[in-house]
Amino acid sequence: MSTIDPTAPVGAAGSDRSRRRLRSSLRQAAAGRLAVLPLLLFVAVAFGVPALAMAYGAFTTYAPGQPSHYTGGNLTTSLSGGYLTALLGSIKLSATAAGIATVAGLLLAQAVVTSRFEALRHAVLSASGVLANFGGVPLAFAFVATLGNNGVITTRLGLTSAGWDLYSFWGLVLVYCYFLIPLMVLSVIPALDGLRRQWREAAQNNGANSVQYWRYVALPVLTPSLLGGFVLLFGSAFAAYATAAAMVGSSIPLITLQIAEALNGNVSADASNIALAMSLDMVVISILVMALYLPLQRRSARWLV
Amino acid sequence: MAGVSNAGVSSALYDPTVTDPTATAGNGRTRKRTERSRPRLGRTAILVISALYFIGPLVGSFWFTVDSDPVTGFTWSAYSQIFSVSGLWPSLQLSLLLAVATIALVFLLLIPTVIAVRLGSPRLRSVVEFTCMLPLVVPSIALTAGINILLRWGSDNLQPTPFWDTLVAIQNSSFPVVLLLAYVVMALPLAFRTLDAGMRALDVRTLLEAAQNNGASRTRAIFFVVLPNLRGAMLNAGMLTLALVLGEFTVSSILGYTPFAVWIVNGNAAGDGTVTTAVSLVSMVLTWALLLVLSLTGGRRSAAAKPA
Repeated sequence: MSTIDPTAPVGAAGSDRSRRRLRSSLRQAAAGRLAVLPLLLFVAVAFGVPALAMAYGAFTTYAPGQPSHYTGGNLTTSLSGGYLTALLGSIKLSATAAGIATVAGLLLAQAVVTSRFEALRHAVLSASGVLANFGGVPLAFAFVATLGNNGVITTRLGLTSAGWDLYSFWGLVLVYCYFLIPLMVLSVIPALDGLRRQWREAAQNNGANSVQYWRYVALPVLTPSLLGGFVLLFGSAFAAYATAAAMVGSSIPLITLQIAEALNGNVSADASNIALAMSLDMVVISILVMALYLPLQRRSARWLV
Repeated sequence: MAGVSNAGVSSALYDPTVTDPTATAGNGRTRKRTERSRPRLGRTAILVISALYFIGPLVGSFWFTVDSDPVTGFTWSAYSQIFSVSGLWPSLQLSLLLAVATIALVFLLLIPTVIAVRLGSPRLRSVVEFTCMLPLVVPSIALTAGINILLRWGSDNLQPTPFWDTLVAIQNSSFPVVLLLAYVVMALPLAFRTLDAGMRALDVRTLLEAAQNNGASRTRAIFFVVLPNLRGAMLNAGMLTLALVLGEFTVSSILGYTPFAVWIVNGNAAGDGTVTTAVSLVSMVLTWALLLVLSLTGGRRSAAAKPA
């Protein structure tokens, strides 16, 4: 059945075989590049062209029938007045929600990791995997139905008279944490698993109490993972649009909502170039986020082998 | 307090029977019970609060759909109206169609890529990894802004050219190719990571060599040996993409299409509050059930595969 004769003399075929092997490995490398080519072409067209159009549009004017010319005005406008307020609002919201979710996620992950129940660990990990990929419209609706103005909890407990308002900054923070905490749990559990029991024991044998152990041993080791997780959460909250749009419309100044408003022509006819400039602002911030995240992730991987 | 935990540690150190019997030996490390009543109380509180926070909105929205009006009281009518409410089926159909097309295109682009990356040079891998992670730095709303300006530029300038028909065709509202392109871009990072992880678990070179020594051609070996082994990762990537497309709102709402998520929001604005909440709850529970079943079966499969 086999086409290769195992008894063939090795010496005679040696040089021939090595040449054949070289040729076949070259052919494989070429085939490899050929297999990757459709993906690269697709990304160039479906992602590269819109991205370049966005960057180009951010620096030019556009009006049908007229030649476009270079301007820095779009970017200046996108960083002033109401647009700047929206950008800062997005940063503040994302940082607050990510900060709270980092702490809450760490606590939850620690509670799960130290638990005796393996089933609990599996349940939380599976649920986190599902919830972290979940945001957008259904999430907004679930919160509106529960804690919105006509929500069941709000009306039953009379929360409105107590000053509760879901369609506010803190309301959005509460909703964002719903998908940010699971994301944090997923990204910090490997780090918590990597904390050796011996480290705690060594610290305690040297007379450290629990607080000192966390302050001087565990947290320094966890810091890269926690910072990396925070940056990841920040980026994901910063880019979120659907949840906020379905919940608050545009009553809270957020950059994603402003971009959508400008694109829909609700602001003024020439606002689309400003929308592109705001998009470019977002991309710059996302690149910064990535530039922080990747080294932190690499650093946390070093300790926790 | 320090004394108590010290005692706990020393007993855990010197008495091997304290070892937690439920701890997994799989990660090569056994955990021991060094916690005492105070941390356990805190842990319970954290778990209870988390459970309330994560389950509360689900229970709340269910309550809202069956009992929102104090006059009518308890009623299932929101759920019975799901089948008769206008516009749901066309929008769901559009979303499902887009989902199937997106999954197909993602597989078509990524499966040859992950195989090539596994067999090829490290440089090829870093190029591909970089390409697939690129969409992460451009939020979907920024991508939408770029697509939007391209379409506007096209409709202003391309009318006299042969590209006009193409431009009209990709915006066809019964099957908007432009959404398909955007969704594939958005699905790439997660799908690549999932498929690549599945691929890394396989010894592809040995599998291919074994198949080829048995007389299979390379193509045949890939189709009948490598791909069946990648089934789990493909299922995973497919489900994640499905969830992404079904819930997608940003691109489609700004470009003016009405798939599932956009229909829900529009219907809610039009005053069908309880029905749209019911639909969104049902869709959410179905998606979660799907993903959960997947993660459970996936976990079991990898656990079963470990000893082998």
